[in-house]
Amino acid sequence: MSVDFFYPEYEIVRDQNRCISCRVCERQCANCVHAFDEASGKMYADDSKCVNCHRCVSLCPTRALKIVKSGNTFKTNSNWTNDYMKEIYRQANSGGVLLSSMGNPADFPVYWDKILINASQVTNPSIDPLREPMETRTFLGKKPAKIERDCDGNIITKMEPNLELALPVLFGGMSYGAISYNAHASLAQAAKSCGTFYNTGEGGLHKDFYQYGTNTIVQVASGRFGVYKDYLNAGAAIEIKIGQGAKPGIGGHLPGLKIVGDISQTRMIPQGTDAISPAPHHDIYSIEDLHQLVYSLKEATDYQKPIIVKIAAVHNVAAIASGVARSGADIIAIDGFRGGTGAAPTRIRDNVGIPIELALASVDQRLRDEGIRGNISVICGGSIRNSTDVVKAIALGADAVYIATAALLAMGCHLCRSCHTGNCNWGIATQKPELVKRLNPEIATQRLINLLNAWEHEITEIMGGMGINSIEALRGNRLMLRGIGLTEKELEILGIKHAGE
Amino acid sequence: MNINARGLHFKDLNAQVRAAAARDIVIDNCLGQRYIGSGLAGKNLVINGLPGNALGAYLDGSQIKVYGNTQEATGDTMNEGEIVIFGDAGDATGYAMRGGRIFVQGNSGYRTGIHMKEYQDKIPVVVIGGRVGSFLGEYQAGGVIVVLGIGQSGQLPVGYFTGTGMHGGKIFLRTDFEPEGLPPQVICREATAEDKQQILGYVQDFCAYFGGEPQQLLAPKFYVLLPNTKNPYKQLYVNN
Ligand code: SF4
Ligand code: SF4
Repeated sequence: MSVDFFYPEYEIVRDQNRCISCRVCERQCANCVHAFDEASGKMYADDSKCVNCHRCVSLCPTRALKIVKSGNTFKTNSNWTNDYMKEIYRQANSGGVLLSSMGNPADFPVYWDKILINASQVTNPSIDPLREPMETRTFLGKKPAKIERDCDGNIITKMEPNLELALPVLFGGMSYGAISYNAHASLAQAAKSCGTFYNTGEGGLHKDFYQYGTNTIVQVASGRFGVYKDYLNAGAAIEIKIGQGAKPGIGGHLPGLKIVGDISQTRMIPQGTDAISPAPHHDIYSIEDLHQLVYSLKEATDYQKPIIVKIAAVHNVAAIASGVARSGADIIAIDGFRGGTGAAPTRIRDNVGIPIELALASVDQRLRDEGIRGNISVICGGSIRNSTDVVKAIALGADAVYIATAALLAMGCHLCRSCHTGNCNWGIATQKPELVKRLNPEIATQRLINLLNAWEHEITEIMGGMGINSIEALRGNRLMLRGIGLTEKELEILGIKHAGE
Repeated sequence: MNINARGLHFKDLNAQVRAAAARDIVIDNCLGQRYIGSGLAGKNLVINGLPGNALGAYLDGSQIKVYGNTQEATGDTMNEGEIVIFGDAGDATGYAMRGGRIFVQGNSGYRTGIHMKEYQDKIPVVVIGGRVGSFLGEYQAGGVIVVLGIGQSGQLPVGYFTGTGMHGGKIFLRTDFEPEGLPPQVICREATAEDKQQILGYVQDFCAYFGGEPQQLLAPKFYVLLPNTKNPYKQLYVNN
């Protein structure tokens, strides 16, 4: 029906003077936008199928292509925006739940961008990272309240298992199934080479990647896919996934169509069957039940591995974190409402949860107030975009951060937010062999390594500027932060002063 | 080898079980110790008393016999092996189990067999002698659940919301009455002789442990619940 016609959101502008009809764009677009017309010898495009992923633009040898936002809009209305109108038409036509991917793109405040970092002048001189050692090494896990030694000076306090990171950045959970084999291979190799960790997400661990076990965090989610003893013991830590920032309180459903080949083996379910992750773990209805899952995992792995509990940043996150810190978990991971996803209901993604900056500050404060901050390390994620976000997160109280979208971008993702279609032109969020092979794991690994190296340089430089020579001394050091353009309440929650104070 | 669990903390008890060289271990005076046999492979455990929650979680090929009742989450995410309970089992028995078998002489609590799955040659089996609580086989993705309803005089041996979200596997109920209010994704029909043949081996093993006559147990009416492949569990999405 014509009411469902949408004028294409993007227009493909082809400079016919530059185009040499090499048909690269045609081969590169899995959405079949470009076509060659034999009669005229020219390339044409069906703009309506374009998702603005920039694959064709990037690969066009003569730079003949650009994608522009279409100028055709409905009558301007600040209340009934174009998007809200289109969503109504889509639902009126299909009766379906709106499905989107990647993180919340809506115009909510990004507190990272309203926080400024301090630097030393005169009195407390800055440190030159080229000349003096800077410690970015980070340990995640329980810290003993005090250290006891025997008469020879050897430590006799029983140390809990900790993860050692060369820098306070880890790759966040993304399942094999949500992202491709080559993407996983790249994350695993980069984690190993950089002395950090990647995270399997809830899809199990492919047999080829057991070799990266010492740099792997294995996830246990409500569906328990691929969870068995060898898997639990394969990783360096185990993460219980309670929730994720993009869809707090929502389970997952990977349709049987996508459970093929390796994905079926890795998840340990038959080909073609649905992989349904219930919204809650049906054996966890309380903190006491969480305690039980934490300890059953510790028992199954002989207390050798730290247990991470990942929760979404929701309204009462501080109280929940306090419970998690008492559940026996070694690390809590908090995922903010901008965290990415391979697929989530649009309404949930864009409206449920709270910003990570506020969640992190209130969790750290709560754990300190209750005197249990040392019981547990805090990882925050969703969304950390650059090295200053990392520095600000640590100064707000995080021990380390998870990056996932940033890692995908490093590998080539152009944030077209079409992961749920399975047609990722960059070979990341897809299982189609012809698309997966576009992602060269060697190159992607190197790009991830480059990103982490660059961030590490920037972090040490910023720390040096503050006169701080270790992550340890930066952690929770909120005096190093000032807010700009924030209300009293926001400053109070963030626990920072306003710029100029 | 015998371990006297009286007064032992679960950590110490479980460490002793893990460290034991012996294949056959008897735990006496068990009283509430949790996580016994977590991830255990290649042992035979006999437990006299009342083990605590998460008995045999991630069990990877051991036999555990319990002379007493068990508590919550027995056999959670179990992969292989057998748990035999000469008593009743608590809630969430066999949660997300992928392989192995659980036999319960008496009753089992809420959420029994929830999210059971199967994979390749692994087909998990839960056989309950008596009755079970609500939410039996919720989200079931594979495996076989048998509720024998012994001593229930043919009354329905399950609570409410059986098979919600079921998308694989089979549930057998020994009862004269068809369960009501099943979701549209689940088909319920009377079990045929062929269906009963499928569970004969399980019922024989049940009887070998707890007594009873397999053919006699299988003679009355059974209902079998299966996912309705024509009406799969799905929510209609529209790309946005
Ligand atoms: S979907 Fe991507 S590759 Fe296809 S036309 Fe649009 S920008 Fe180019
Ligand atoms: S992973 Fe692929 S499909 Fe998803 S946003 Fe990035 S480029 Fe687009």
